[in-house]
Amino acid sequence: MKITRRQLLILLPAAAVAWESVLAGTPEASPNYALTEHWWGMLVDISKCIGCGNCVRACATENDVPEGYFRTWVERYHVNDTDLFDPVVDSPNGGKDGFPPILDRGGRNFFVPKMCNHCADSPCTQVCPVGATFITPDGVVLVDKTYCVGCRYCIQACPYGCRFLNPKTHTAEKCTLCYHRITKGLTTACCEACPTGARQLADLKNPNDPIHAFLKTHTVQVLKPYMATGAKLFYNDLDGSVR
Amino acid sequence: MPVQGYMYPNEIELAWSVLIVLYPYLTGLVAGAFILASLERVFRVEAVKPTYRLALLTALAFLLVAPLPLQLHLGHPERSFEMYLTPHRTSAMAMFGFVYLWYLMAVLVLEIWLDYRRDIVLLSQRTKGLQRFIYRVLTLGSTNISENALRIDERAGYIITLVGIPSAFLLHGYVGFIFGSVKANPWWSSPMMPVVFLFSAMVSGIAVVLLIYMFTSWYRKQTIDMRCVDTIARYLFYTFIIDFSLEMLDLVHRIYEADESFRSLDFMVHTRLYLSQVVIQIYVGTLAPIGLLALTQVFKLGEKVRKRIYAVAGSLALIGILAMRWNVVIGGQLFSKSFLGYTTYKVGFVTKEGLLTAIVLTLLPLAVLWVLVKLLPPWPDRESLPAGGAAPARGDD
Repeated sequence: MKITRRQLLILLPAAAVAWESVLAGTPEASPNYALTEHWWGMLVDISKCIGCGNCVRACATENDVPEGYFRTWVERYHVNDTDLFDPVVDSPNGGKDGFPPILDRGGRNFFVPKMCNHCADSPCTQVCPVGATFITPDGVVLVDKTYCVGCRYCIQACPYGCRFLNPKTHTAEKCTLCYHRITKGLTTACCEACPTGARQLADLKNPNDPIHAFLKTHTVQVLKPYMATGAKLFYNDLDGSVR
Repeated sequence: MPVQGYMYPNEIELAWSVLIVLYPYLTGLVAGAFILASLERVFRVEAVKPTYRLALLTALAFLLVAPLPLQLHLGHPERSFEMYLTPHRTSAMAMFGFVYLWYLMAVLVLEIWLDYRRDIVLLSQRTKGLQRFIYRVLTLGSTNISENALRIDERAGYIITLVGIPSAFLLHGYVGFIFGSVKANPWWSSPMMPVVFLFSAMVSGIAVVLLIYMFTSWYRKQTIDMRCVDTIARYLFYTFIIDFSLEMLDLVHRIYEADESFRSLDFMVHTRLYLSQVVIQIYVGTLAPIGLLALTQVFKLGEKVRKRIYAVAGSLALIGILAMRWNVVIGGQLFSKSFLGYTTYKVGFVTKEGLLTAIVLTLLPLAVLWVLVKLLPPWPDRESLPAGGAAPARGDD
């Protein structure tokens, strides 16, 4: 076969693209999992959270989260009756080691577990310059660490403070909703470890998911709804002071 | 105390360092210098002619260095070309790569080449050895310097400058958009951001060309063309007033609206940002130079006094705009998005993103400019022009 210079110039980039996809390999197989049949989110029942920090520890172990950074964390709110929207919040080491006893200051205390909201219209996906952050067809926002350039624009764009730069890989990192587990029919590490069931993985497309029964009798809210990110981390009993 | 109040735990460490402060500062100098150069070319402001080529070379020097702080900041600089190969079209940052490339290659390099083509051809004939080789390469094989060819150069250069003005606006307006479009951050999120960035860029670019022109004239023992510096200083004064008005409008709007972020931001400005924002940016870097420049507009001052005032006002302007970039980039990360706490930025000295790197990167464009000036002298050729002629060679072919 004779290839002209013009043909070669066309073929070379095509071959490069093909080689890239060969190198990328095939994704890990999950034979019984159909992407289009799921739409993942999570339900957090604030009234059930006891601030034990099990979820934070389980997440760190499961996902090898570097010390000092958090894919999930727990905040403790203290809301005073005289100033309902100016809470005092603490989260020592992300709540990983639990919380010190509270001082009796009156008012109300409660815990708020936090993590990536897996937004349907996520600002982090929007701003990523190379598309390393993306949303899967089943509604999970993920980071391709083999592609991330480490510019940290996504960290700035996340309204919830869920992202960090992994100091070892120098790429952006955050909660994956334990994608390696949920695509195999398991629940997330944090939900698995929660002793009170305060966290529930929710598949909004699955008609048999308990979330549907829950939503019939409860009112849920997302964090910072005015950001219009399509957050899918739903909170039951969310206090107006929570940011 | 590093953290005061409550920060989300991943927020304690700042994501963007002093290098990201430098980046909009450098691109701002580029855009400003180019807009000053275009005054002569497009708007026929003859008085600023002595700085035309110097302004173009200054813009190029700063533009060449501008991506370096970004590269040093990236976690994986070796993947940065992916922004060009597989850009994510909804990302302001990815699209900025193309704006940058367009501006560098289609506007600035092309304009400088066309403007210098005659000189390059003449130099390639006049010089010897390595120099001759460099100039020959720079001619790109185009050695026709007949009157007709130069007329075409002139025409093409004019058209490129016409395209270049909106491109320069786009270049720096876009940098503002990168910050202004982050809805998660109330300190940044504002449609005013691109406009404020643009005018502050013009202030810094005009100031840097003014200073470099005055310095090089002194260094070359040439008399400073007072008509030129007076005109540049006047433009600096006007742009400064627009810039300051826009920033004050933004400030007044924020204070009056006092949305949910206001208490937090207000506290930050009065504590952690007080020195860099109120003292350095507003008092020292804006009001003082505006006041000084106003003196030269109101009173009839002697040449020597005016020169000194311009030098001081220009330097203060550069400090003020650098402080403005600092307050935007660093200030925007010192408060929590929960509006409940504040963190501290600790800059290292001899680290990858430390102060020393920042200082080197700030001075590097001047070294690049020195090389460019040696290679492509921006002043009139003493051999081919009558002595003391202020006009550059370009217009006198």
